[in-house]
Amino acid sequence: MPYKITVNGANRTVDVEADTPLLWVLRDELGLKGTKFGCGMSFCGACTIHLNGKPARSCITPISSVGDAAITTIEGIEASEVGQRVKAAWLALDVMQCGYCQSGQVLAATALLTRNPHPSDADIDRAMSGNLCRCATYTRIRAAIKQAAGLPTTDTREV
Amino acid sequence: MARISPVLPGSRAGTSFDLSRRAFLSTSLAAGGGLMLSVSLPGIAGAALEPQPAQPSAMRLGAYILIAPDGLVTIMARSPDMGQGMKTTLPMIIAEELDVPWTSVHVENAPVNPALYGMQFSYGSMNTPLQYDPMRRAGAAGRQMMLTAATRLWQVPAGECETDQGVVHHRASGRRASYGELASRAARLPAPDLMEVPLKDPKDYKIIGHFTPQVDAPRVLSGEPLFGIDQSLPGMLYAVYEKAPVFGSRALSANLDVIKAQPGVRDAFIIHGEPAEAMSGGLVDGVAIVADRWHQANRALDLLQVKWEPRDVSQQATAVFERQAAALADQAPRQILRRDGDVNQAFHQAAKVIEASYAYPFLSHATLEPMNCTAWAKRDGSLEIWAPSQAPTAALMLVARTLRLDPAKVTVHMTRVGGGFGRRGNNDYVVEAAAISQRIGQPVKLLWNRRQDMQHDFYRPAGYNHFRGALDARGNLVAFADHFVSFSHGGEVAVCADLPLEMFPAGFVPNLQYGQTLIELGAPTGHWRDPNYNGLAFAFESFIDELAHAGGRDPLELRLQLYGPPRTIPAPASHMPGLRVPPFDTARVRGVLQLVAEKAGWAKRRLSPRTGMGLAFCYSHFGYVAEIIKASVDERGIPRIHKVWAAVDIGRQIINPAGAYNQAQGAILDGLGSALHQALTIKDGAVVDSNFNTFGLLRMREAPPVEVHFRLTDNPPTGLGEPTLAPSMPALTNALFAATGKRIRRLPIDAELLRS
Repeated sequence: MPYKITVNGANRTVDVEADTPLLWVLRDELGLKGTKFGCGMSFCGACTIHLNGKPARSCITPISSVGDAAITTIEGIEASEVGQRVKAAWLALDVMQCGYCQSGQVLAATALLTRNPHPSDADIDRAMSGNLCRCATYTRIRAAIKQAAGLPTTDTREV
Repeated sequence: MARISPVLPGSRAGTSFDLSRRAFLSTSLAAGGGLMLSVSLPGIAGAALEPQPAQPSAMRLGAYILIAPDGLVTIMARSPDMGQGMKTTLPMIIAEELDVPWTSVHVENAPVNPALYGMQFSYGSMNTPLQYDPMRRAGAAGRQMMLTAATRLWQVPAGECETDQGVVHHRASGRRASYGELASRAARLPAPDLMEVPLKDPKDYKIIGHFTPQVDAPRVLSGEPLFGIDQSLPGMLYAVYEKAPVFGSRALSANLDVIKAQPGVRDAFIIHGEPAEAMSGGLVDGVAIVADRWHQANRALDLLQVKWEPRDVSQQATAVFERQAAALADQAPRQILRRDGDVNQAFHQAAKVIEASYAYPFLSHATLEPMNCTAWAKRDGSLEIWAPSQAPTAALMLVARTLRLDPAKVTVHMTRVGGGFGRRGNNDYVVEAAAISQRIGQPVKLLWNRRQDMQHDFYRPAGYNHFRGALDARGNLVAFADHFVSFSHGGEVAVCADLPLEMFPAGFVPNLQYGQTLIELGAPTGHWRDPNYNGLAFAFESFIDELAHAGGRDPLELRLQLYGPPRTIPAPASHMPGLRVPPFDTARVRGVLQLVAEKAGWAKRRLSPRTGMGLAFCYSHFGYVAEIIKASVDERGIPRIHKVWAAVDIGRQIINPAGAYNQAQGAILDGLGSALHQALTIKDGAVVDSNFNTFGLLRMREAPPVEVHFRLTDNPPTGLGEPTLAPSMPALTNALFAATGKRIRRLPIDAELLRS
């Protein structure tokens, strides 16, 4: 059946079955391939998007539950000033390795900095531990979040 | 049909890399009547340097470099990139010697073309050692041709011109010409001898050695469709492929009519392959479900019922293997692999004998991008494939062989790869997609779900080491013995289940015996990042630590004593026949051990209660890596890793620091995640784990600071995809021993054992 959704500020209509995960609507109906499939059960965070600015797992979000929530994906992350800073820091520090999890990481980091502009290391741990990076680029993810926040990129955790 | 031997990762046949030879791509008849591609310096064929008349306005240097009249330099990236950075690193090397600004370079994935590029692959940390010199020479040849074109144009003596960032200058006359202006003239020149072209002095490097972000990063972070899973074709359908839980079992029947009646399902059918291909990464029996949308195909799997050919697999279980290994530990090894000196007498005369059994589990690769492939079988019988493979040339050959196609009719496109770690050296998912497309006659994207991905992998084999060490009265190690219980396929040691005969302390202890007993395994094994060492280093380096403590010796001092004074030891025969392996250099071992000890403050360590430092060293993939970890353990036994220090010697040049530090840190954290969380369970011949809930990856909150120090030594640059991984696990378990006095002899770490 047809669903009207708002993706990166644009109104879209898609005709899919009610149980279709939002992930596949974005990827295969709307051609927004930046949001990735990792586990299909919300364990890995590769499919992270924003629903009304909050991180959500699109792989377990059926299209029928989306309603009029504003959906943001990596393709639209630069609409926010925080998103621009996060992406710029990601590129400057060359965070990614394979890059597959990185759209989810950027979405999670943008949500973190939007609600907490100056996160501590513990804040970063809490906000980012749901997003797995198989290449384990965690050192640079942490540094890039700090750089985007205008904080020193040094690791301040107690050794 | 010509049968081409693919070069599979680490395969013992069909490979022919020889860095010492000035060799070209060649084809020859292989033993057994096939066509063998033998490549030594892949793609740097003299003939390929000839200008191509089809493009008179541009110069095509080999298959690698295109210099356009407007000065834009297109460099083809020959090797797949799955995060190890080869799409950036190899073009950097060419651009450096070509002497063009990096900002004028555009990098494209090369086509998969054995005639132009030889075998294209990314695994085994082999790209740097194999490609560093050829890529430099390819770039230098281009620069040489620009100089020659300019000197002829201006009628000035060779030697009066110089290049600078894509421009040739004749200082005496003030004349200058850009590479773009010279390109069409240079294209008419004969190619210089690759071995004679002058190379830059490294002190003049402007690109090599400089922090260079990955060329794909802006596109990945914009969500562009670079990965295999992102490929899309007009009229494309989506497929899943369900294989037997017990590897390679034949499909007898399935409720295909029920499946075909599901919403969106276009077709469902059984594909027959060969059971033996389960071990070698080819096509095995399965049920394909093809639908309009992937969600529909995947959802239909819930209703799929398949009758698989029954097999007796009651003994195929990790719990059974562990019992067997424990029982075998006390027995003599079935096979003696290496025997030095007189082990029996040395143990008889020892002041102290230490015995311990170590175990490490099976592991899945768990790449975050599940296996997938897009294939398009066309009406003319040709086949076009988009594959996130680490071994795309081998994929092409596998598809041609399996589907009985002329290899010339198969086109493979390299996509970006969402994590490899060795998994995608096998191309089972590629041949499955090709077979499904061929059957339905339409383009199709095959995508495995996470369960299928975890349950049909080529696993890091488990291994069981039963060690004995003999110490004299002063704590010197005088004898060492290992009974390695490992796995076989058809009686032969399984892939990556072998014990390298030079595994330390072999060669450094006068009396030594390595023996082996194999258990027959029904699950496929394969290359998992830092193969062999990723498990063996945990066992061996932990036991060396035990011996140090038992003899009252500092673990660093014992290692320095065992490795002895600086000297080189000729390398044993290579795993890859023809590859010239550099000798083992104890000065490089000492160098990284002393550097990491200095950086971590090893000698002056004064730590709080239940806090410890652990040290480990491993030589793998030509890299010398020593690591120290500081960790503490709380009362419940939960470890916390405070920090990792690593000292790494991979030769004289770090090509791209941006990638190098990231690789080194990532591999270390990868090892720690494995040590903390990962054990794959097999029961009744099938893998039990199906997702990250039971097979966990390291998370942000567990990732400690990792401080990496590269120690530059005057040796050829080698790869960094793997070698920092292995030492991280024993460095951690040795730290946990220092913190608690309790020895972890089995991975993953069981916190119960560490309770206070």
